[in-house]
Order: sequence, then C-alpha cells, then structure tokens
Amino acid sequence: MSETPSITRDDVAHLARLARIDVPPEQLDHYAEQLQVILGAVAQVSEIASEGVPPMSHPLPLVNVFREDVVRPTLSNAEALSGAPSVESERFRVPRILDEE
Amino acid sequence: MSTDLTRLTAAEIAAVVASGEASAVEVAQAHLDRITAVDERVHAFLHVDTEGALAAASAVDARRAAGQTLAPLAGVPLALKDVMTQQGIPTTCGSRILEGWRPPYDATVTARLKAAGVVILGKTNMDEFAMGSSTEHSAYGPTHNPWDLERIPGGSGGGSAAAVAAYEAPIAIGTDTGGSIRQPAAVTGTVGVKPTYGAVSRYGLVALASSLDQAGPCARTVLDTALLHATIAGHDPLDSTSAPVPVPDVVGAARRADVRGLRIGVVKELGGEGYQAGVRQRFDEAVDILTGLGAEVVEVSCPHFPYALAAYYLILPSECSSNLAKFDGMRFGVRVGEDDGSPSVEQVMGRTRAAGFGDETIRRIILGTYALSAGYYDAYYGSAQKVRTLITRDFAAAFEQVDVLVSPTAPTTAFKLGEKLDDPLAMYLNDIATIPANLAGTPGMSLPVGLAPEDGLPVGLQIMAPAMADDRLYNVGAALEAALLDRWGRPILEEAPSL
Repeated sequence: MSETPSITRDDVAHLARLARIDVPPEQLDHYAEQLQVILGAVAQVSEIASEGVPPMSHPLPLVNVFREDVVRPTLSNAEALSGAPSVESERFRVPRILDEE
Repeated sequence: MSTDLTRLTAAEIAAVVASGEASAVEVAQAHLDRITAVDERVHAFLHVDTEGALAAASAVDARRAAGQTLAPLAGVPLALKDVMTQQGIPTTCGSRILEGWRPPYDATVTARLKAAGVVILGKTNMDEFAMGSSTEHSAYGPTHNPWDLERIPGGSGGGSAAAVAAYEAPIAIGTDTGGSIRQPAAVTGTVGVKPTYGAVSRYGLVALASSLDQAGPCARTVLDTALLHATIAGHDPLDSTSAPVPVPDVVGAARRADVRGLRIGVVKELGGEGYQAGVRQRFDEAVDILTGLGAEVVEVSCPHFPYALAAYYLILPSECSSNLAKFDGMRFGVRVGEDDGSPSVEQVMGRTRAAGFGDETIRRIILGTYALSAGYYDAYYGSAQKVRTLITRDFAAAFEQVDVLVSPTAPTTAFKLGEKLDDPLAMYLNDIATIPANLAGTPGMSLPVGLAPEDGLPVGLQIMAPAMADDRLYNVGAALEAALLDRWGRPILEEAPSL
C-alpha cells in the first residue's frame, strides 16, 4: 500500500449506515478528519507485513473445543427476557422488520 | 479494633477476619464509609451495593462462627469493573446504551469471587466498553486520580485503580485489552496484572476485542494481586478460549521474591524517545536495583514492537465493530426512537446506537467497519494480523535469551483531564508499551517504582513474561517491591495527598 486512501464524509456516512449508527450529518466531517489521521498512522502495518508471514487471529492455538454433553442449568425464559426493552407473549418484541407497502 | 481497616492490605484483612480481630462486616462497613467520604470527589464507583456487600460479609462471619475454613480472601472487600456481569446489579460498561440493565447471570469471575467469600462493594467506572486510557470516555463522567483530582486515573480501568489508590477497596478487578489494567496502575501508584490470555475466564466479561481481552487483579501490593489472581484464574468450560492448563503458583512466587541468577531483558524499543524524563529516570533506577539484587540485566531488541500500536488499532476496532453489533436495542439495554412514526427495525437500531454510544465508540466501530470492508481487508486487517505474528515471534526470540522483559509501563505520568480528549492518536500513544503483550497473549504486570521528579506523580515499571509463566511476574515484582519499600521506608501511596 503506497498511499493511504482518503476518507470522505460520504465514506463515513456509508460506513455508519453499514454499522447501523445514525451519525448526524454535522458530525460526518469531524469523523472523516479524525479517521484520516488514524488511518495514516496505522497504515504502516503494510511496511512489514510481507507475503511469507502467516496471519495470527488469536493467541491460543485452540481448535474444536468440546465439553461433556451434560445437561446444566440455563437461564429461564423470564430471566432471558428480563433486560428486554419490550416483551410480548414471552418473546422479544421488535419494531417492524418488513417494509410497509 | 482501632486500626483504620481501609489501610490494611487484602492479606492483612483476611488474617484479621480469620482470627476474629475484626469481623468481615466491620471491614465492609469501614470501606463503605470511606467510599461515602471520598467518592464524590474521586468518582471511582458507578454503583455501590451496600446491602449486598454487608450481606456477603455477614455470610463470611457466619461461616467463621460455624468453624468453617475460610478461603484466602474471605471477607476482603473488592471493587468490580463495570464490564463484568453481576447478577441483578447494574452493569453499564460505562455506556448509556446499557443504562439500567441488570444482568440475569454472574460472570465466572464474579461467581468465583462470591464463592471465595470476597465482598463485592460495587461496580467501577471505565471508558465506554473499555475503550480509552483516561476514563474520560465514560458516559457517566470521568474518574479523578487520587494523587491529583485534576488528572486522569488512566483507563480504561481508571475506576478500579483509583478505588484501590484511594483506599476505597484493597483489591479490584480490571480488564486489559491494550493496557487497561497496567496503565491505570502505573499512573495511580498501584499494582496491576494482565494474566496470560486464557488464564482467566471471559464468560460474563462484556467483550471488546475477544482475542485481546483479559481480566486480572488490581491491588496496592504484589502479594495481594497474586492472591486475587489465584482466586479468579483457572480453566472454565463456559469460555471456549479458556486455557485448559493449571494456574502457576503465583502466590508462592510473590512470597519467594528472589531474582538471583534471573535473566532480565530491558526492551530496547520501549523507553527511548517519547518517554518523559522522570519516567525514564525511575525506570533506570529500578533496573539498577534489580541488578543489585543479583539479576543479570541485558538489553534485548524486539524490532517489530514499534508496529504494535498500528496493528492494535486495526485489530481492536475490527473485533469491536463485530462484538458491539449486539447492542442494537432489541434484546437488552436502551431502545431509542421507536415511537417516532412507524420506524423499521433498522431505523430503531440506528437511532439507538447513535444515542447510546459515545464519540470514541462510534469512531472505533466506523474504523473497524472500514478495516474489514471489501477492498481494504487485506491491506489493513490482514496486514495487522501478520504484524501480530511478527510481534509474537519477537517475544519468543527474546524469551530465548531472558526470563522476563521490563519496560516503563506508560510513556508519561498522569496527564490533565481534557488534555488529550480531542486528539485520539495522542490518547492511543499511552498504550504503546502495554499493547505488545495483548497482541501476543503474554502476561504483564505494572508496579510503582517511584515518583517522577518533575511532577511528583507515580511511575510504573512493566514486567513481561512468557505465556503461562505468570509466576515470574510475581517473583520479580515482589523482589523489586521489597527493595523499593526498604529504600522509601513506607509504601508509595503514603506520599499521596490525603483526600
């Protein structure tokens, strides 16, 4: 990577939409400016990340962690719903998930 | 008993409770009184559970009266970082989005503390979702450093460190993703340990970056951190990243405190330019003390460490953007903007997250979303993962030559509240020496080694060891602590102004 790509206010708006955060329009420039500075600093990772180096996602080389197949106590329905903003018929109640036509 | 119970160490409190010299209820009440007296100014706590603490203390007294054997920390009060769930007790992670949430279950750490008779006083302040180095990113206002109330207590676990430094609790739980236990310890004159990744269960620890997060002990002495480490560590089937290996004898190591013949490496890349003069001076003096105690000190190079900060600020935001996706106002926490028209679920999520998250959290989620997006993934996240390998190899090569590594914990002493709030990059630099251990998953300790001559504020020294060799931290830390105490004549926190 030779140059850090620039981040525009439109990029921030797009990323915020992907992340489901309604960033107010008047803050988009502020975030764009700060993210540009941060990206400029972190882009140096590409200087030493050469082909032959394997990526590392985790400090422990653990794979396929199993436990004994035994029944153990879990949260009751009421406990699982205890922190919900809205509950109906013993379920999480959410806003509409389909478009109104 | 006429002694001020809040001045005792955890080991001393456990002894007086076990002997009956003081009851656990008296000990808990003394600390609750101390919190009432000073926390309005320090603001270490977000929630104080007076009733629960006194009930837990009373249960310890009852067990003792019944002739039962008490665990090593039974009756000792503790402050719990607000990122760890405790059943029925508000857990906010320093965020508005979890305001009022009471978890229906205990974290494994919380459950182990309760089982050991530790008395949980309350939940401590922190940067939102543990992102920050000053607690200024808490939605509930910053914590103030007991050494100077105008200064930051470090972060993200500034509340836990300040509670311990202000004698509100002898021990506290912190979590460390890039330095959030060690850097607050350094700037408050206390001891903090990030155990080996996987040593302490993450079940019930609200995740920031799952491959980096690790809970650990905060205290005023090395022995107290060891006692707390031994209480919370060990394999947990509820956390699939928990290491299925025995916990090293950290308490025995803290009591051994003998560095004769030990090889200690000073990391060449941590401590030069960018480090405050007084920090360097106290660090160099401490290294001389270790030499005087019979350790063999050499300089060691970790050539890729200068890239750790850059790798971290790609890996952390990436993992954070994914982990924090669950805070969407659907199943728990706050929901915003539902009554405005007939909004879709996505609109409510967007409104909830904009209202519920603070500036720094939003910045990092957006950065992570960018780093993981198509077209940039290999250049950013992929490269950062390779740097992580190189840093882990640096540690491995260094530990071929030496038993432990040392460096200053943080480049400066505590800075003023507000000083770096508008400059994210300057804030990130506070973690420059602590981040490598998180990337590699290796353990680290910070302990106080004096006051910087220019500002009279505490300086921390960091000890780093290979994975699963956490006992070495305690051995070296306790040896250095004893030698410094000999030189000073009294613990460093006695130098702090009284609150």
